Amino acid sequence: MKKTASLAIFFAFLLLLPWFAGSYALSVATLILYLAYTGQAWNVMMGFAGQLSLGHSLYVGVGAYAAGGLFFHYGIGPWAGVWLAMLLCVALGLAIGFLAFRFGISGVYFALLTIAFAEFTRIGFDHMQWTNGPGGMFLKVAQRDSWDLLNFRGPPFMYYYAILGLCALAFLLCWYLLKSKAGYYWQAIRENEEAAQALGINTFRWKMLAVAISAAMTSVSGVFFAFYYNNLFPHEIFNIGRSIEIILGPVIGGVGTLFGPILGAVMLTLLSDGITEALAALGLEIPGIKQVFYGLVLLAVVMFLPNGIWPYLAKKLKFHA
Amino acid sequence: MLEVRNISKSFRGLKAVSDASFEIPAGSINALIGPNGAGKTTIFNMIAGVFPPDGGQIKFLGEEIQGLRPDQVCAAGIGRTFQIVKPFAGLSVLDNVMVGAFLKEKSSGAARKVALEILRKLHLDAKAGLPASSLTLPDRKRLEVARALATRPRLLLLDEVMAGLRPTECDLMVEVFRELNRADGLTILLIEHVMRAVMALAQHIGVLHHGVVIARGTPEEIVRHPQVLECYLGEETVV
Repeated sequence: MKKTASLAIFFAFLLLLPWFAGSYALSVATLILYLAYTGQAWNVMMGFAGQLSLGHSLYVGVGAYAAGGLFFHYGIGPWAGVWLAMLLCVALGLAIGFLAFRFGISGVYFALLTIAFAEFTRIGFDHMQWTNGPGGMFLKVAQRDSWDLLNFRGPPFMYYYAILGLCALAFLLCWYLLKSKAGYYWQAIRENEEAAQALGINTFRWKMLAVAISAAMTSVSGVFFAFYYNNLFPHEIFNIGRSIEIILGPVIGGVGTLFGPILGAVMLTLLSDGITEALAALGLEIPGIKQVFYGLVLLAVVMFLPNGIWPYLAKKLKFHA
Repeated sequence: MLEVRNISKSFRGLKAVSDASFEIPAGSINALIGPNGAGKTTIFNMIAGVFPPDGGQIKFLGEEIQGLRPDQVCAAGIGRTFQIVKPFAGLSVLDNVMVGAFLKEKSSGAARKVALEILRKLHLDAKAGLPASSLTLPDRKRLEVARALATRPRLLLLDEVMAGLRPTECDLMVEVFRELNRADGLTILLIEHVMRAVMALAQHIGVLHHGVVIARGTPEEIVRHPQVLECYLGEETVV
């Protein structure tokens, strides 16, 4: 009850935010929600089913290029493009999953495989004429205050509401999945695969399902990325740094929890911006000092709250996680 | 119900099980005993589908099951526990059992109901909300049994679930299995060193030594069998 009420208040606050937030604050909030959504998608695979992907930028990138490419070349809007994006990413995810799970690649080796796929996809896109290779693909930008919903063009607050809607949908989907048979089976696989199999769980099939759902969700995040930022470079979007950025939120917030990815995204983005502001206020201008501070805070969280902030916070607030 | 015919298994040239045969009638309680390293768990693993036998045949309800995956064997109606317990440590006791119950139930509500009922039978219902990682070893053994039972098996394979239990706890477990056998018609095959439990439960006993079945019979026959006395039970047997 307490949890539902708090959640409703939080959501109402997010709904009203564009009315009182400035354009900078709104862009920060959009970034936070983008990271929260993508983190939630990654969490399905790692947090629920225990399959560590360190190459989730693959799905962001392929999703972004699929929908972006359709728009760039044929003027086909993202409402159609998103389906192609999902289809391609699910196919890719299932291919990686098949290779790994069929041949018993698990744990860190599975993680390495996901990095490998993201990396060679990046190299592939660097040499692809259709997407203009490393030169980047630029989507036609419309006037910031004009509306073209069919092509997902509009003022900044439209993007904000779009990603807020995605976050809400992802949250509800994950909540439902976690409560259903799939959630129980995934967590059993995560905790002990051998015992899970002995209880009649076809672990191959359920792991594939987790990968497919996670890939599909992440591809939508790529479509959003393409139409929000309007420029796509392979070395940026497939960068392993992006994959790490995706997982930092849920890791700091709490892997496997529903609120972890959201909390993590809020904390990390505010921390990053906060450090910049604080350093500017102090007049400190040492190169790399921001990264050092950022790293120290992450280190502290991992050391003192190895399960993430949310499980600790939930206990303090007496929420039943 | 279960027919095992001439199954063998070697690990890198070491014969763990050779030419083992036995059958288990529906509704019976059976024990497989023998010294450590005799091949008991290897036989269990072959039945449960962890690895296939090198040769021979395993039939369950008339169907050949050797070579099936563990999840297929479970779905066919054979539940198992692990000698080295494998709880889903991060989940609650109830959630652990619900995972098993989802084999036959679709909704969480139905699975929860089945799981609670089974936890009651195993006297674990008071601990349903605790994380599985907080349980003591005897409780973890009980949890193994509860989880396997939740899949609603026709045949239950128990791998040393009495080990580490105090005599009173052991008698309690024996009572639970008797009840399951009598009320639900559950067929049981147990591997056990605790002779107190074996003698109280088993109608048929097979004795394994160096991978070979050296004796089969009723408890009375087994405790008088000269070869069994020599290699396992010793001259003065607990009866």
